[in-house]
This record gives sequence, C-alpha cells and structure tokens, in this order.
Amino acid sequence: MADRNPVVTLDGVTVLYGAQRALQDVSASFAAGAVGLLGPNGAGKSTLIKALLGFLVPDSGRMRVLGLDVAAQPLDIRARVGYMPENDAHIPGMNAVTFVAYCGELSGLPPADAMQRAHEVLFYVGLGEARYRAVETYSTGMKQRIKLAQALVHDPDLVFLDEPTNGMDPKGRDEMLELVRDLSHNKSVNVIVSSHLLPDVEYTCDDVVVMDKGRVATQGPIAALKQPRGQVFELRVKAPQGTEWFVERLRAAGLDCNATDEDVMRVFVPGDAGARELFALAAASHVQVRHLRPSVPTLEDVFAKAVGVE
Amino acid sequence: MSPIHDQGYRRYGGQRTPPGHAWSVIAKAGIRTLISKRTFIGLLLLAWLPFIVRTVQIYAATSLPQASFLAPDAQMFRQFLQQQEVFLFFITVYVGAGLIATDRRANALQIYLSKPLSRVEYIFGKLTILAAFLLFVTWLPAVLLLFIQIMFSGSFKFFVDNLFLFPAITIFSFIQVIAVASAMLALSSLSNSSRYVGVLYTGVLFFSQALYGIVYAITRDSRFGVIAPAIALNRLGDAIFSSPTRVQLSVAASAVAVAVLILVSVLILEKRVRGVEVVA
Repeated sequence: MADRNPVVTLDGVTVLYGAQRALQDVSASFAAGAVGLLGPNGAGKSTLIKALLGFLVPDSGRMRVLGLDVAAQPLDIRARVGYMPENDAHIPGMNAVTFVAYCGELSGLPPADAMQRAHEVLFYVGLGEARYRAVETYSTGMKQRIKLAQALVHDPDLVFLDEPTNGMDPKGRDEMLELVRDLSHNKSVNVIVSSHLLPDVEYTCDDVVVMDKGRVATQGPIAALKQPRGQVFELRVKAPQGTEWFVERLRAAGLDCNATDEDVMRVFVPGDAGARELFALAAASHVQVRHLRPSVPTLEDVFAKAVGVE
Repeated sequence: MSPIHDQGYRRYGGQRTPPGHAWSVIAKAGIRTLISKRTFIGLLLLAWLPFIVRTVQIYAATSLPQASFLAPDAQMFRQFLQQQEVFLFFITVYVGAGLIATDRRANALQIYLSKPLSRVEYIFGKLTILAAFLLFVTWLPAVLLLFIQIMFSGSFKFFVDNLFLFPAITIFSFIQVIAVASAMLALSSLSNSSRYVGVLYTGVLFFSQALYGIVYAITRDSRFGVIAPAIALNRLGDAIFSSPTRVQLSVAASAVAVAVLILVSVLILEKRVRGVEVVA
C-alpha cells in the first residue's frame, strides 16, 4: 500500500452503555491497508466499529473515516465503506444474488450495475455456484461469505470485517483469510479486521490496534511491535525447587517470563546480555538448562504484553 | 502469465446515485416481493370485488330507468370506503406485520443501516410498501368509481354537484392509511415475530373497541370513542364526507386521537429502528 495516511482516526472517543464505559477516551489511528483490531471479548472492538458506522453516538470525542467527520457526514461515509457484521445477518426472503444486488442498489448503484457486481463478487467470495439459493438455506461458512459479498458489492474504499472467520471450518477459514489478504494487498481496498484470533490478524494485517477493557492497549505496525528491545528465548529447565520457583527468580531479576508448559518457559531478556544472563542466573540458582533457543516474537507476545496477560 | 480475463474482484467505475433514494429501492423491492405471492394477489382481487359491485350499481342506475333508485350519491363513496375497512385490516396484517419484524429476526437492520441510508429513509421505504397497497384498495377504487360515474352518466353534473368528493376521498384515504400504516409499522418494530405482531395488531384494534363498548355501556357517553383509534378515524371520515355520525365525539378530539396515534408510532419507530440495540 503506497498511501499510508490513516483511513480512520479517533480522538478521545468515549461510548457509554448506561453506566458502563464501552469505550474510554479512545484515541487511535488506522493506517491505510489492512489493520487488525485485536482484543479479548468485551474489549470494545465491535462497539468501536458500530460507532464508526454511526450506529452509536459517542458521548465525547471525534471520529473521522476516510477524511470525513462521522458526526457530520455519516451517509457519505457509509457510501464509501462496507460492513460485514459479526452475527448472522441477511435480508430475508431473497436468494443470494438478489440480496447482494439489492445491497448494491441501496448503496447507490444503478440496478443493472448492481446485478452485474453481485454476480462478480459472489464468484469472488466463492459462492458463484450457490448464488441462486435462498440465503436462509446457507451453511454458517456460506453466510460469512455472503456477508462479505454484500459488504463489497458497491466497491467500498474501506471494509470493516467483524470477526470474519466466526464459525468457519479450517478450510473455509483459510479461504476467507486469503480473500481478506487479497483485498487489502492486491485490490487496494482498505480493511479493518476485528478479531480475537491472533493468527487471523497476523496473517491478514500489516498494522494492529490492540484493545482491552474499552481502551487502546497498543497500536502500530505489527512488524515494529514484534521487534523486541532485547531477545526472547524458549527455555526448558530442571529446577530442584520447581519451575515456578525459577520463574519467580527470573522475574525478580527483572526478566519478563511466561511459563508455557510444565518445564518450558518463554523469557524476554532486555538489552544485549542475551543467553549469557540466563545461564548465569541458572548457575546461581543451581538449575540445569536442558534446552535453550532464541524464539521469534509473535503477535501473541505483543498482545499478551499489551493486555497484561501471561 | 496473466489470465485472459480476471474473474476476481474488480473496482467499480460506474455511476452512483447520491444518498436519498434508497427508500424507493426498499419500497420497490418490497412491492415486487409481495405481488409475486399468489395468496396476496388473491387478497387484492378480493378487495376489488366491492368496486365491481359498485360499478354494476352505477351502470344500472345510469343505464336502466327502473334502477334509478340505485343512483349514487356522495354517501355511497363514504360507505364504499367503510366497506373497504375489512380489506384494509387484512392487507395491513398480511403486509405490515413482517415489514420490520422479519428484518429484526434476520438482523437485517445493521445491513440496511450500514448502507448510505438514514433511519428515516428506511422507515419511509417500509411505510411506502404498506401505504401503496392500502391506497390501492381504498383511494384508487374510490377515485375510479367517481370516474366511472362520470363515464357512464356521460356528464360532469354529479362531479360538479359534489366537488368536495375527490378531495374528501383523497384526504380521508391518506389520513386513514398513514394512521394504520404507521401504527402497524411501530408494532412490527416491537417484535421479531410477524405472527405475534399480527395478533398484537388485531388485539389492539379489537380490545380498544371492546373497551369503548364497555365504557359506553356504563356511561352512555360516546365521547369515549377517543380511546378506540378505529372509532376516532370513522368520526373523522364522517366529518370529511359531511356524513351523519353516530358518535358524539368531536372532530377535534378525533383528530387529536389520530395525531397522537401517529406520534406515538413515530416515537416507537425512532426508538426501535437502530443499527444496534443498546441494553443498558
């Protein structure tokens, strides 16, 4: 993506559900291309998307989508964005091609163009052969695909995908991720993927905004966030006093350490000391190091660090 | 090697209609769906039977001297519209009950409202579907009867003598249709089940009339007709057609009752038609 200007910006956005704060003073910027909106369930991802679409009016703050103010120009924004909702959603009593063409007409396409585009996008999402079937008869995976088709029929500049792989089998999931990646990397469509599935975001997106408890925990290019200012090691030890005891010793020494299995742990060593510091600590604690190898940081590490889980 | 013809996703470079026309897309799609149903076509044909009977009446009155007692007067048009109320009811339930309820059941509201259309446009589109069919069985046949009267009699005398008829038919039909359609649409937005909405509408209609009947039996005061929308609408109809009325209810009170019904319906729709339902 040549243009890395933000497609969505939020400035101090707060959304209240009664007394509960769904979004708390959220300031974020979504770069052009594919951006993952990551967070555990209840983090506020869907609320954020719904606020950007104008379904929810924030109690404070400002939002801009594609350079347009959400509060002032919601219809102009919706003409240029597509939305794939999280839950099962369709217009009842229609077959797939009628439904998608209808969505195109609602978005301002002339009827003939809408019908032509409906056929094209249904083939693109893999529903070409099933396009004359009633949407009600579709499987969960097919319903996910048709939700994507209706979001694309009017050729949006930006698509919000809310949990796009929900309920899909592994093959369907891979195909859906491939479609999302193709859209953003080959078709010049900006994509915001909301998901709690880290591998989905890591595969499809270049940037990420991590949310937790209604706040932005961290944001930026995934590659930059994964760059450690130090090294991560995968370590297996034999500790006479138990692995937990050694984990506590490492933490006491200022190392970030997560036990992933009975005797396996991932340790982040800041600075340039690297493995030497680990060996020194193990020797001082009379712990045998059975296995040690440098580990490639994953988005999971970024996520865990951002939302403060082990 | 690039493919001869890429069947993948392509950008769209054609025309786009600016926002503001989506209501007509909704209305057209809704009307098309309904007229493809045989049961509904049957219901519409049934609703035009009184029109045929009245046409025969006018023909006989204008062509056969011995049937001159059948000659239409202004009250015939009022009676015709009253006769159509039964079809108004059935079409309202058949068409209206599912207009929003089925969209709610299928989570279609978030699809609609993620497109460049406002909530007002969505509601107006849905209202147009119901209103179009209701006017098709009330206003249209009544106006056609007026035209047929002129045609069969071969003179404009009846039309000129009753100049108020066309505006009266139009005003009453539109008030009736807007009140009924907005009430049904509001009820439809309250549930995900069109069957339940149909029962609810029937219940509200008959319960309010039964309640008025009880109150009238106790007080012998027909001004309490204000609590039954159907009675308030009928009183307005009587006033518009200058017909004798059976209730003491004032025209102003009837108008207020109908206005309140429409206002409450609009408020319900405003609350219920949203892209997201917030349960605080």
